[in-house]
Parts: sequence; structure tokens; C-alpha cells
Amino acid sequence: MIDVRDLHKTFEGANVLRGVDLSIAKGQSLVLIGASGSGKSVLLKCILGLETPDRGTITVDGQPAHPPKFLDRFGMLFQGAALFDGMRVWENVAFRPLQSGMARDKARALAIEKLDRVGLSAATADQFPSELSGGMQKRAGLARAIATDPEIIFFDEPTTGLDPIRAGQINALIREVVDDLGATTLTITHDMTSVRAIADNVAFLKDGRIDWAGKPKEMFDIDQPDLKAFITGTPI
Amino acid sequence: MTGALATLGAAVLSALAAIGRVAIFTAQTVRDMVTPPFYGRAFVQALHQLGFLSLPVIGLTALFTGGALALQIYSGGARFEAEEAVPQIVAIGMVRELGPVLVGLMLAARVTSSIAAEIATMKVTEQIDALVTLSTNPSKYLTVPRVLAATLATPVLVAVGDIIGILGGYLVATTRLGFSSASYLHNTMSFLEAHDITSSLIKGAVFGAIAALMGCYFGMRSDRGALGVGIATKTAVVAASVLILAANFLLTEAFFSA
Repeated sequence: MIDVRDLHKTFEGANVLRGVDLSIAKGQSLVLIGASGSGKSVLLKCILGLETPDRGTITVDGQPAHPPKFLDRFGMLFQGAALFDGMRVWENVAFRPLQSGMARDKARALAIEKLDRVGLSAATADQFPSELSGGMQKRAGLARAIATDPEIIFFDEPTTGLDPIRAGQINALIREVVDDLGATTLTITHDMTSVRAIADNVAFLKDGRIDWAGKPKEMFDIDQPDLKAFITGTPI
Repeated sequence: MTGALATLGAAVLSALAAIGRVAIFTAQTVRDMVTPPFYGRAFVQALHQLGFLSLPVIGLTALFTGGALALQIYSGGARFEAEEAVPQIVAIGMVRELGPVLVGLMLAARVTSSIAAEIATMKVTEQIDALVTLSTNPSKYLTVPRVLAATLATPVLVAVGDIIGILGGYLVATTRLGFSSASYLHNTMSFLEAHDITSSLIKGAVFGAIAALMGCYFGMRSDRGALGVGIATKTAVVAASVLILAANFLLTEAFFSA
């Protein structure tokens, strides 16, 4: 479904991506792991068209990814949730339906349903993002990402800042959107529990390239020093 | 000598590049203004924020300036026995120059700064990126409503500022300087021409557009972090103020040069 070939991206002389090749099949949950600063978020932003790659191709269903039209099929959870400060939580969650002309009362009901799905009560719907804790903002961001049941959803650090119980719920929800809705997902995380819970496949990004890719259960057995160090948190 | 020339050349090139970027940004904004989708709700909110909520500060500024102007003209005019010209000079001074310029500068302080800080913060917190992923063009959703609202609201603010400024002069002249109410109003009304008022309102529209454009431009170009937001806000206010004063000179030259 999503194919990335020979992707390069440089920022002020720093080669962040140096020929990334990555494929995500339809209905698959791919988890991208790698050290901080290894270019995971940059790769994600290149696919979304938020950054322009220096070289390489990105295709979705064989067609070049040309934003903004193909973004209609996407949902995205940002690392810091990226909720709009000036809007109430429900307006954030229902932003896309509202822009598409959905009636406000209908959009509000939809937002409350999605908030409930991520474990937030209806009372949070009328609050502003600044009135929520970091974890609640993250869940509201997740509700926005799944609001229109998109075909493809990207999650940037979905469980960062959440307690283990909430993190488990979010992992279960991500798995649910893949299994029940057939969504294709790309998740960036450092959390090995999340990797085990949500990944069909894992890709390890190192030095701007995919250094290893495979099934999660293979990941823990493979004899590769960098990957092993990353998984166990042991400095090389 | 060569080093100095190189520095000068680099500065000139940098300035030209900045002018080019602003021109492209302005052209894109104008293009986005006339192509759908249009965000009516965002426009009405901007009109309220930038226009209606600016009224108190505009009113107070104009009132005090009109009053001070009357005092200055009276005391200055006394040197060549021209104290009686207070109503006419207050009117022409407020309507042609001080009204639009003060409103423009107050907008640079209030509106440009708030737009730049808000958009820069949105950029820092990835809200602009979020807009893109939600299939929404940030220029159409953030820039166009603000620029359009400021362009349409500022002539109204200028008209209000002109009237309140003249009222300030009237209050000082009639309570402190011994002018009669009827003759002050008569002299004011009979002296002003339609051209004075039209030029004032056109200046207002141009200054409003500049104030909002600079806020949006520097907000969108902000670097990451709190420092980036601060620099974007400061630069936007300075650029808007200087451009408003420069535009005022050019418009005055266009409207009133013999």
C-alpha cells in the first residue's frame, strides 16, 4: 500500500535519511523503532508531505503521494498531540467532519463517541486542550486521528506520557483499528511493550537507513548488536 | 575595503531575498483569498478579535492624541496669532495623518504581535502540521481570514479613531481653550473634504493588510522553541511598524502631492 524507495533528506548538511526503503502492506501494522534523532519523525513527515525529500519516491497504492488530496485517507497522531488551542476538545476531534460540512450537533456526537473510545468522558468534550493533562491531550489527539475511520493512520509516540494502564489501552485501541477496521498503520515508538502489542512488522532505523526489518518475535532473537542494544537499553 | 563591500553586498542580497519572500507570501495569500474553500467562521472570529476588540485601545489613543494636538496647535499657533485654526488643523491632522497612522501602529502592537505569537506557537507545537494532515491549507485557514478581516476592519477603526480624535480636540478646545462648541464643529465640518476622508480609509485598509500579513508571515516562518516564537513576534511588530510608516509616506505622496 505504502512504498518508500531510496528516500534521502538533508537538514543543513546533516544527512538524516540516507536511502530509506520501506513497504507497508494494506491492513498491516508496522512499527518503526530507532534511537532518538535517527530520523523516524522525518520519515513520517516526508510520507505525509510535511517535509520534501531531497531524493526518492513515495507511493500510495502505486500512485505518487501528492498531498493534500491523498491526506483525506490519513489520520495522524502527533507526538505532542498538536491539538488546536483555540478550539474545544470536541471541535478538535471533529475538525475534519466539521470542515467537510457536517452539522455541529452531529459532529459533537461523533466526537464524544470517539472520545469515549480512547477513554475520555463526555465532560472533556467542552474543555479546551490547555485544561487537559498531557496524557488526556494525547488521547484526544488519538480520537481526532481516528475520527473519520481513515484507511491509513500514523502514530508518533502514541504512549509517551501515559501511565502503563492507559498505554495498554491505547495499544489495544491501535490493534483494534487494524484488526476491526482494516486500517494500515505506521507507529513510531521506543516502548517495547507497544511493539509487542501492536506490531505485525517492525523496522529498525539506524544512520538514516532501515537496518533491520522483520516480525516482532524475530526481533528479540536476532543477533544484531545495535538492535539488541536498543531493545535492552544497553549502551554499545 | 573588499570586506566592507562584501558585507554590504550580502546585506543587500539578504534584504532583496526577504522582500521577494514577502512578495511571494502576499501573492499566495491573495490567490488563496479568491479560491475556495473559504472559512467563514474563521473570518468572523478574526473580525471580532482583530477589529471589534481593538476598539477600546484605538478609542483611547485617538482621544488623548486629539486632545494633545489641540493644545499643541493652540500654543504653537499663538506664536503667529493663529490660535483660531485649532479645529481645522485638528481635523485635517487627525483624518489625513494621525488617525490612520496611530491606528496602524496600534494594530501593529496589538494585532501583529498576537497573530505572530499565535501562529508561531502553532508551528512550534506542530498544530500547523496537524492542519495539513487534516487536509486543511494553513494559508487559507489561518492567513486569509486574518488578512481579510484586518483589511476590512481597519478602515472602520480608522473612521472611529478619526471621530474620537476630533472629539478629543473638541473637548479640550471647548473646556480649556475657550472655543465655542458650535463654531468648533462648524469649522471642523466645513474644512474637511471627501478626499481627506477617502484617503484616510484607504490608508487604513493598507495598514490593516500590512499588520496582519506581517504577523502571519513571521509566525509561519518562526523557528522552533520559545526563542523562535519571541523572535518571530518581535520581528513581525518591527517590520509591520516600519512598513506602515513607509506606506504612509508613499500613500500621502500619492494622494496629496501637488
